[in-house]
Amino acid sequence: MSKLPRLVNTLAVVALLAVFLWPIWQIVLYAPQYPDGVKMYIYVDKLGGDSPGTLQNVNILNHYVGMKKIEPDSIPELKLMTPILLFFVVFGLITAIFDKKWMYYVWTLLLIVTFLVGLYDFYLWEYDYGHTLDPNAPMKFDGASFQPPVFGKKVILNFVVYSIPHIAGYCLAISAGLGILASFLKYKFSKA
Amino acid sequence: MKRNKILITSLVILGLVAIFKFVACVTPEKPGDSALNSDAANKVYVAPGEYDEFYGFFSGGFSGQVSVYGLPSGRLLKVIPVFSQDAEKGYGYNEETKPLLNTSFGFVPWDDAHHPELSQTNGETDGRWLFINGNNTPRIARIDLTTFETAEIIEIPNSGGNHSSPFTTQNTEYVVAGTRFGVPYPQKDVAIDSYAENFKGMLSYIKVDEKGHMDIAFQILLPAFDYDLAHSGKGKSDGWTFFTSYNTEQKHDLLEVNASQNDKDFIAAVNWKKAEEYVAQGKFKEIPANYYINRYDDDTHTATSNLKKTVKVLTPEDCPGLVYFLPTPKSPHGVDVDPSGEYIIGNGKLSADLTVHSFTNMLSAIENQEYETTIAGVPVLKYDKVVGGVVVKPGLGPLHTEFDNEGNAYTTFFISSEVVKWKLGTWEVLDRIPTYYSVGHLMIPGGDSHKPDGKYLVALNKITKDRYLPTGPEMNHSAQLYDISGDKMKLLLDFPTVGEPHYAQGIAASKLISNSKKIFKLEDNQHPYRALGEKETKVVRDGNIVHVYMTTIRSHFAPDNIEGIKVGDKVYFHVTNLEQDFDVPHGFAVQGARNAELLIMPGQTETLFWMPEREGVFPFYCTDFCSALHQEMQGYVRVSPANANTPLKWSTGEPES
Ligand SMILES: [Cu+2]
Repeated sequence: MSKLPRLVNTLAVVALLAVFLWPIWQIVLYAPQYPDGVKMYIYVDKLGGDSPGTLQNVNILNHYVGMKKIEPDSIPELKLMTPILLFFVVFGLITAIFDKKWMYYVWTLLLIVTFLVGLYDFYLWEYDYGHTLDPNAPMKFDGASFQPPVFGKKVILNFVVYSIPHIAGYCLAISAGLGILASFLKYKFSKA
Repeated sequence: MKRNKILITSLVILGLVAIFKFVACVTPEKPGDSALNSDAANKVYVAPGEYDEFYGFFSGGFSGQVSVYGLPSGRLLKVIPVFSQDAEKGYGYNEETKPLLNTSFGFVPWDDAHHPELSQTNGETDGRWLFINGNNTPRIARIDLTTFETAEIIEIPNSGGNHSSPFTTQNTEYVVAGTRFGVPYPQKDVAIDSYAENFKGMLSYIKVDEKGHMDIAFQILLPAFDYDLAHSGKGKSDGWTFFTSYNTEQKHDLLEVNASQNDKDFIAAVNWKKAEEYVAQGKFKEIPANYYINRYDDDTHTATSNLKKTVKVLTPEDCPGLVYFLPTPKSPHGVDVDPSGEYIIGNGKLSADLTVHSFTNMLSAIENQEYETTIAGVPVLKYDKVVGGVVVKPGLGPLHTEFDNEGNAYTTFFISSEVVKWKLGTWEVLDRIPTYYSVGHLMIPGGDSHKPDGKYLVALNKITKDRYLPTGPEMNHSAQLYDISGDKMKLLLDFPTVGEPHYAQGIAASKLISNSKKIFKLEDNQHPYRALGEKETKVVRDGNIVHVYMTTIRSHFAPDNIEGIKVGDKVYFHVTNLEQDFDVPHGFAVQGARNAELLIMPGQTETLFWMPEREGVFPFYCTDFCSALHQEMQGYVRVSPANANTPLKWSTGEPES
């Protein structure tokens, strides 16, 4: 009986580990010239795409309107996310071992908060890329913003831009969901 | 009196009417086209954005190229330069591809390309490579179907008119080459009328390794007949190749008469597995022969030429069982092996009938030594012991036969301008349909393989006349597409072609799509003058030779300003395209260049030679509309007098941080 929250929390940790395997988020750009789409992937520790040249291709497109070059080395979050995730893995396992109610609550709450902070951080980066434009850019569009959506679909000039979770993004959500479930079960069992 | 007058008048009128009617009857009238069935348009319609089910590789003949058409739409997909320089792509003009056209005669930027041949595995087309022969300066080229570009060209020594080529074996162990023109062996200064004594006919086997690399494994020395066409066996006849011959009279002048005297010429049946044994046993003579192997490397993006000095020659006298002659009426042109490998069709172009030899009969005739005679060590098998059947009077001037997957054969008739469908085994004629006009080769996708796709047939015609809008005296050759899926052949489409397509081969699109390369990876680029980033761009002077290490990326060159070049310098622009996106080539052209442009694919480096002959400042620019700022993709090179002291310098503005 009392094993169930521990098991569920362990599963939440397993779901977190999957985040290391797949991209968390993807930004997909469609345009008449890009019928197959340009697919940019955000991993826990790097940026990539569906081809090795994706980042270069995105940067080439962005430079026409004077957007900054996306350089993974200049994004400190890419170095931060791995230790943060590892912290949650370790803390999650400790929670499952010691089986303390507060641990479940703290773990789940922290994970959700971190996730929301991450999304806000993602928004800030997008805002920065979308609004910090080189005044000497070959093409200028008064009042235009090239900021991709945080989530969902947006039309930017000739591009239809989608910003949606990738596999690891869903794993993250599943992990948080399992955390909530484990906390709820723990709460129920301790009441009974 | 009056009555008589009326009678006479009536008779005269009647007579005139009769005469008029008679004349009207013999008024020349153009025979109509066969009725086009109403659903033809539907059958060839391929919706925008859709691919054709099959693609046909058509030789260009004297254009030296291969053109690729979608089937059934007849849409031109691409023209691939092979033996001819092509300014469009810089092929044969840029420093990287020039070596592909090297021969023992020097740089030969043209040839007469006849027979495309797809590589095969287990007798089926596999979509790896396309081979094609060059007739005039005997050569075979290999086109890589991951890039649709010429990857290799090998020269065939001891040969003149490489027509019976390349015709692969069923696992692409070999492609073959046979000389259509007897030539002195070894080549030397002799009286032409010493033909019978000094001239020979050489058959060559070119080994193809798993990378597609070619080299001559051995040659077979035969009498100086004209070896016209070939096909290798498959299935039960795997291990053999069949070459037609004409001019078994061995004449050297007025061949249209002198080479048409014998009632039967020969199909030479070569046991190449036996030849391999003889080579292994050392039964060959190593003969001096200069020939080039030119190979393009996808990592260095450069072709290199390698001169070879000898070939191994086998002689039938020393190698019993290597070659047999099958008597075949009359001046046979194509020789075609049915999908099972049993029937060998000798398309005797001056014969009233179509002769079909049986491979099984041939083997027993060999076993029982049913020889008519022996010529230069080659046993001539008895005609009636090898023949398997005769298609009686199917048409006039048979040239080529291909097959469907239901035991039917389709033969072209040049003189009667038609395709005739007949049954293998019963030899009965099933159907016939006109071509417009005078069909040469025909093509059914996979139609010379173990597994034909018997859905469409393309007739490749020699004469066009009224088929298209007249374009002055010179007209494109015509091709017709027929539906052969039913009992009756149906005409679907008629389309003009590039050059003179002799033969064509077709393959399902599904066998090509997955192999296609989209870009060259920049990190794999091993070109000696590559610049893998703008930081690596530079200009290096070595005496009067200047190397410019240049890059392209949307939408600028680096460097885009160059000074310090002098009149008479030999300038090499080595341009690396840094793009890594599909379908983003850049071009490069500079004023005063006396060759062509460069067209550089993503990740590739290509080199244009330029020798400035005037001082001034000359623009260069991108020739391929690459981007919204393509027009801005330009630069300048300053040329100073030969004795000037202008310092060498180069720069690129500040395009972006
Ligand atoms: Cu360009």
